[in-house]
Amino acid sequence: MIQTLVFYMFAIITIACGFMVITARNPVHSVLFLILAFFNAAGLFLLQGAEFISMILVIVYVGAVAVLFLFVVMMLDVNLNEMRRGFVKYLPIGLAVGAVLLVELFTIFTAWVVEPAVISVNAATATPAASEVHNTEALGNLIYTHYVYLFMGSGMVLLLAMVGAIVLTLRSRDGVKKQRIMDQIARPASEEVELVKVSSGGGI
Amino acid sequence: MLDQLLSEYFPILVFLGIAIGLCVVMILGSMIVARQKPDPEKLSAYECGFEAFDDARTRFDVRFYLVTLLFIIFDLEVAFLFPWAVSLGNIGLFGFWSMVIFLVILTIGFAYEWKKGALEWE
Repeated sequence: MIQTLVFYMFAIITIACGFMVITARNPVHSVLFLILAFFNAAGLFLLQGAEFISMILVIVYVGAVAVLFLFVVMMLDVNLNEMRRGFVKYLPIGLAVGAVLLVELFTIFTAWVVEPAVISVNAATATPAASEVHNTEALGNLIYTHYVYLFMGSGMVLLLAMVGAIVLTLRSRDGVKKQRIMDQIARPASEEVELVKVSSGGGI
Repeated sequence: MLDQLLSEYFPILVFLGIAIGLCVVMILGSMIVARQKPDPEKLSAYECGFEAFDDARTRFDVRFYLVTLLFIIFDLEVAFLFPWAVSLGNIGLFGFWSMVIFLVILTIGFAYEWKKGALEWE
């Protein structure tokens, strides 16, 4: 009973937020609605018993990806009036593309049949009963052993993302005086200090 | 099991209800109880302040973006550590070493960004 009520609350708020994301005038407001939608999606996952996914959604999407979106919105410096200019003109094309995508999604999901042989081959990966194994543990039992190549692949993707982000955005500025602590420490006294014998009465 | 799992989250639902209720009470209360006399002067810059020159949303440095990207990557790395830590007893040495290799891959990236100076500000 409570479960159903909570489900409908989360679902309605998610859909309303999704609608607000695309209709809000201010892009920053859109991102904030997106964050609320993420939270409600996390709640929906939790209702399905996917505890780990829901927590990861909060940590990664709300904590990191939404902040990234905010930064992108801030950096793009969008001029809203410019963007809204051709709205009515391009509306039919946009609706047509959306309709085609919707039909494609429907055809995929109605015609989707999983080969029975595939299920028997992947029997080791079948979802264990929720009463036996905890959600996070069930994931952990598979990711690091059964799916080790995919796991390593994700590590490689993360490494690539890291290198790519640095290559794309890091630029060194000229004329910035940096403190190089290693150079300071490694400097021998003999290079910098000179002892001079000064005769009395004479100058240097 | 699912009901048991969800019943563990029931206190959070209660907190959520209290938080939403409190927000509604505070906003509605201030709308109902307080005297409403809107005036454009009340919203204007006060005395020695001056009108804003332009929008507060200006472009800012791309290095903030870099910091966020690097944060997301290490966030995901930590996300992989949670199920590993939970089921370390079941997956044996192989699981342990696969995670170590994963961490080494990411440590290579970490060394790269440190060496490149991506973690330094100026």
